[in-house]
Amino acid sequence: MGLISKKDTKLITDPLADNNPITIQVLGICSALAITAELKASLVMGIAVLFVLGIGNVVISLMRNIIPSKIRIIVQLIVVASLVIIVDQVLKAYAYELSKTLSVFVGLIITNCIIMGRFEAFALGNGPWRAFLDGIGNALGYAVILLAVGFFRELLGSGTLFGIPVLGDPIEKTGLYSTGYENNGFMLMPPMALIIVGLIIWVQRSRNTTLIED
Amino acid sequence: MIEHIELFFKSIFIDNMVFAVFLGMCSYLAVSKKVATAVGLGAAVIFVLAITVPLNWLLDQYLLQPGALVWLGPEFAEYDLGFLSFIMFIATIATMVQLVEIVVEKFSPSLYNSLGIFLPLIAVNCAILGGSLFMQSREIETLGLAINYGISSGIGWFLAILAIAAIREKIRYSNVPAPLRGLGITFIVTGLMGIGFLSFGGMLTGGDEEVKDEAKEVVMETSEVEKEEDNQIKTVN
Repeated sequence: MGLISKKDTKLITDPLADNNPITIQVLGICSALAITAELKASLVMGIAVLFVLGIGNVVISLMRNIIPSKIRIIVQLIVVASLVIIVDQVLKAYAYELSKTLSVFVGLIITNCIIMGRFEAFALGNGPWRAFLDGIGNALGYAVILLAVGFFRELLGSGTLFGIPVLGDPIEKTGLYSTGYENNGFMLMPPMALIIVGLIIWVQRSRNTTLIED
Repeated sequence: MIEHIELFFKSIFIDNMVFAVFLGMCSYLAVSKKVATAVGLGAAVIFVLAITVPLNWLLDQYLLQPGALVWLGPEFAEYDLGFLSFIMFIATIATMVQLVEIVVEKFSPSLYNSLGIFLPLIAVNCAILGGSLFMQSREIETLGLAINYGISSGIGWFLAILAIAAIREKIRYSNVPAPLRGLGITFIVTGLMGIGFLSFGGMLTGGDEEVKDEAKEVVMETSEVEKEEDNQIKTVN
């Protein structure tokens, strides 16, 4: 592909696996755990972070030579807060039920450490196009983990995916439920999200032993 | 008085910032390797929350709520500046944290050195902004309750990071599988602690129904739906 050089494609693919913002860089944990009880919420959150991080990275990168070092945190916070206000208002206007489920976690995208982390680590030192790719890559890495956790929690917790029952009907006892299988309601409780992420980290580090810490 | 006590215990145990709503996880995971630094950070979080939640309550009450600007004049009663909440809250928090940093540097240089980068990082700690946002979404009624909420949610976070730091110090000599060492086992242990804290859920019954988190609502809705449909099946038969 002539549009994105080989070095730049790594900006997108690295955070999807070996430099994943949640499991390796340990950023953005809060929202990854709190709203993943439903796949729909996970998807919307992923898209929201994609928007904020992509555009935010570009804006900060364009301003990088004129921001005085002493107030750069405040400038970053203002940029992120403005973008998040836009996301929040759009959500409230077009998907009110979903914005109620996500409640304060849309606002907490402001303090999502991935965004500030990438601003500091990348956008302040690189051009706008590369900053955009880096933002997209990290947001996708974040979204992948969110979707994985949401997938297991919703499937095992309510037997549905995106609200569509896939294992049969738990009331009528069709499909898998006829064998006596019951939904594990515990999966919808917050602590299980922590344990699922722990297991994902286990799998990831077993496959790539360079990531193991002592 | 009773609502103060109820809010105090509810914020520490039932709506614990770490175990129930996962706020402040990044610094929770990063600073919990030693009990001494964990105690320092926890104390700083309590202090910052105790100051910023009431301040943001005042902002919300007199500036941001729908109809809040009535004190300027009756023609302002319809204004709703709620959409500015995020920017105003984060601005207050960033300023207060800067102030705390200056005060700590002056009065306790050793604490300042041991906290290092984490003090300015408290400004972007989701627990601080989360405290203010939950204060707003749960419509805390008085300034006294706001101060109470700030302090008690801080204490809840402090308890959590203290516990995990103590546990991480102990398991350093345990035989954890290599891929799980460090971050992985911390997640799983935190999950187990969260399960333990769930047992506090029955502690204060007859409280505020809206405060239950979404997960519990979903579980209850499915079981209620099942009961209704069981009843319908019975009546059909």
